[in-house]
Amino acid sequence: MSNERFEVVIVGAGPAGAAAALTLARNGVEVLVLERGDYPGAKNLFGGILYTSVVNDLIPEFWNDAPVERHIINRRWIALNEDTQVGLDLKSTRFDVPPYNNTFTALRSKWDQWFAAQAEEAGAMIICETNVEDLIVERGKVHGVRTGRDEGDVEADCVILAEGANALLAERAGYRPTMSPTNRVNAVKEVIALPAEIIEDRFHLEGKQGAAIEYFGGAVKGTVGSAFIYTNQDSLSVGVGSIIAEYLRLRIAPYEMLDWFKAHPLVAPLLRGGETVEYATKMIPEDSYHHLSDLYEDGLLLIGDCAGLVNPSIHHEGTNLAMASGVAAAEAVLEARERNDFSKATLASYRSRLEQSWVMKDLKRYRDTVHFLLENREFVKDYPDLTIRLIQRYFTIDDTPKDDVVRELWRIIRDEVSFLKAARQMWRARKTML
Amino acid sequence: MTIDVREYLRPHKSLSMAERLDLVRRRFSTNSHIHVDQESFRRDPDQAILFICPAQVFKLNPKDSSCIVNHEDCLECGTCQVARRYTAWKNPQGGYGVTYQYG
Repeated sequence: MSNERFEVVIVGAGPAGAAAALTLARNGVEVLVLERGDYPGAKNLFGGILYTSVVNDLIPEFWNDAPVERHIINRRWIALNEDTQVGLDLKSTRFDVPPYNNTFTALRSKWDQWFAAQAEEAGAMIICETNVEDLIVERGKVHGVRTGRDEGDVEADCVILAEGANALLAERAGYRPTMSPTNRVNAVKEVIALPAEIIEDRFHLEGKQGAAIEYFGGAVKGTVGSAFIYTNQDSLSVGVGSIIAEYLRLRIAPYEMLDWFKAHPLVAPLLRGGETVEYATKMIPEDSYHHLSDLYEDGLLLIGDCAGLVNPSIHHEGTNLAMASGVAAAEAVLEARERNDFSKATLASYRSRLEQSWVMKDLKRYRDTVHFLLENREFVKDYPDLTIRLIQRYFTIDDTPKDDVVRELWRIIRDEVSFLKAARQMWRARKTML
Repeated sequence: MTIDVREYLRPHKSLSMAERLDLVRRRFSTNSHIHVDQESFRRDPDQAILFICPAQVFKLNPKDSSCIVNHEDCLECGTCQVARRYTAWKNPQGGYGVTYQYG
């Protein structure tokens, strides 16, 4: 690859990189994507829900061809303690028709491969098993990349970094804040095989319908994190994720948390007969909007996880922000190409595109979520526990007159909740989390 | 093919770490992509990398209190370097390391 030259080089063939490559290739740009894995998706992982509004814009009715698992018609959010759960259960046949609420389960090895293949078909070149060791920078402008291959320099008008959560190039070049235990989540996940018929019976689904269950509170030992069970076609994605500082505080390993969750008496029946076929782990960037990386430099754009574009709230969105940022970056590059000017000033239109879209609006909305939860632990431990106890007591049948039960509930609330503090917290929670 | 439901009523069993790692296809490189600064590790009262790593890559060597790094077991999450900065982690050489079949 000596003295190779492309108009644009993209580092990483995940959803962000592939969305950028697809958009650029469709507009006739010579684009090269470098991927370190054996194939796009080989190194990639997520919990399991793919939000697909961006995909559907790029490839209308993608679900006819794409390897998605199930569309989600049932969502459950469950607070779990040692022996009891209380949950919110949303199930709707409205999600059963195109575009299926833009919510599908997927397995990344299959999905990423398919999505990258669409970029390839549009004319992008993808080279796998290739690490990018360095950016080539001259007089402050990025001019290309140095790969791990012999004579492996590639020149470009513009480089797009889509290197994922381990943003090694971006961090080394000083384009992003340092990763820290309070702005990174570690998640572990198992894919647990079960026949489709068993899944449909067990989760009350028909055909391609799917369910997504999120657990918090005691399910993750009262940490800032959550556990999940998502239905794939013939497997379940089961995992836990918490802020790294939380594992450090409790001196617990992520897989210990996962084993504890899977063995919970109210969770175990959902996993019966299932055989683990893969174990995997990933870091998730939860930099708040306050600390996003510099998204653009002279000749360089950052997209997806490496730019910190993850919604850390209850919505847990990542791949869709990645794809949206890939498209926005590609559009900024197309504009720069027209002017033949890839300077920072021109590429700044990438950021303004994101700022005008739901991507930055959501990141701004939830900019304080993680910090708020770490500072107000009641929301991940005491309040879920209390809610469970109150509801459980209310429905406990033991010949106590109902009037006395209600009085008892008020007494519990009065004894355990500082009203002033709770009111203040609820007010801030509404602003930072909902 | 009919499914015998009773087959799927048996409890799910969690696997040992060795069994879990065996499920992940990995191509081993002789060059380690993880470097631990042993002096800093010895001075770390928590020695957090011993328990935080989801693949148990790091083990304590009881002989000299150093940290043994089994880089072949690494699942490439990078959590070690975030938990403790004395761990230098980089991507394995292109074409090496894990290849997830599901992901």
